[in-house]
Amino acid sequence: MDQPGQEDQERGAPIGRRVLLGTLGLGALGVVAAPTLQRGMESFLAGASQNDPTGLTGLLPNGGGFRYYSVTSSVPRKNAETYRLKIDGLVDRPATYTLADLRAMPQTRMVKDVQCVTGWRVPGTPFEGVRLSSLLDAAGVRSSAGAVRFTCFDGAYSESLTLDQARRADVLVALRMQDKNLGHSHGGPVRLYVAPMYFYKSAKWLSGITVTENVRPGYWEERGYDIDAWVGKSNGRDDEPTS
Amino acid sequence: MSLRADTPAPTTPTSEVRRFGRSQKWVHRATAALMGVCVATAACLYIPQFAELVGRRELVVRVHEWAGLALPFPVLFGLFSRGFRADLGALNRFGPHDRTWLRAALRRDKRRASRPAAKFNAGQKIYASWIAGATLVMLGTGLLMWFTHLTPLMWRTSATFVHDWLALTIGIVLAGHIGMALGDPEARRGLRTGSVSRRWAEREHPLWRP
Repeated sequence: MDQPGQEDQERGAPIGRRVLLGTLGLGALGVVAAPTLQRGMESFLAGASQNDPTGLTGLLPNGGGFRYYSVTSSVPRKNAETYRLKIDGLVDRPATYTLADLRAMPQTRMVKDVQCVTGWRVPGTPFEGVRLSSLLDAAGVRSSAGAVRFTCFDGAYSESLTLDQARRADVLVALRMQDKNLGHSHGGPVRLYVAPMYFYKSAKWLSGITVTENVRPGYWEERGYDIDAWVGKSNGRDDEPTS
Repeated sequence: MSLRADTPAPTTPTSEVRRFGRSQKWVHRATAALMGVCVATAACLYIPQFAELVGRRELVVRVHEWAGLALPFPVLFGLFSRGFRADLGALNRFGPHDRTWLRAALRRDKRRASRPAAKFNAGQKIYASWIAGATLVMLGTGLLMWFTHLTPLMWRTSATFVHDWLALTIGIVLAGHIGMALGDPEARRGLRTGSVSRRWAEREHPLWRP
């Protein structure tokens, strides 16, 4: 079928096939070389984003910065007047906190990396708020309790931790991030912050804490993500631990 | 008129020539639509401002996955058509004139004489082969990210890395493809109606013998 020099010179080397196969090969090579490439890219972009007034580097893969994920079409806004955090379930003293109540409690500040399960990482992010353990102690957890469930005022998201995980010192009910009050798009006015786990555990727009007997899978966990979401030891990922 | 446009009699030079049949037109439309869905949903998953606007992450992810999975099928169905197979052959084979075209393109030489082309010019051939390869890489890495527990640890992070950067590259190349189509109404008419003017064909594709 290949007769060079035929009518309209459409016969010739099958370069198209080579370009296609070459692209496939480069893709496969990219997957193999990704760990090395990614390290180089991250350090380069981290440097570049320092002197980038446009903020465009934030849109590049691994370009640094947070990404906004919401599972609902719109999330109501709450402020100091309208926000309430309810603690109930297997506790002796159920309570409802206003934003002012939470601000009046002893605050803890931590600076750690944030790691998302989809790959992005924001280094050295300060979070500040009330230790979850102090809220649980104030409510008086009953001996039959084994887990804590979190619900959110977006109306859909939920999360949970075992009681041992919830009592860790690096788990906060966070009121401030990056030394600013938590804005709406970051899950404000109040979100959970579970430092040692992937960021989907740090439920945004926190409105309810219910002490339960057993762990109930949260929103993403019903959709395949790990319940014990330790950074670097779950979800098939091997990131550096964050806490 | 009993005379088909793709076989014009030499004595009656029609002003129109047949460029694409029904199969090519529909393969292009379906592929473009699916690619459009992939790009739009990707933007909603990836760009914070769009993500904030749209939300519904679970739904957007599902649409993105299924549109991506469907993306190769229009071309596969197209293979049943002889006209489509012939065009794939034309896109695959590079003649000496394509080398001339590419050299001129690299020198930004826009003169007609230095850009010889048959049915497809060298740029269109490179684009078609590259986007086909890139689509398959996106499909492969996308599947690795979709079925998270089927593959070993490292693979997923690596697949995400390739998927992200290649997505950005495809976005830029696709913008170029659409930009060039916007700049050439007659080329667009070719894919819309299947026919182009003989003048355009002789000017843009002088070596093409329809």
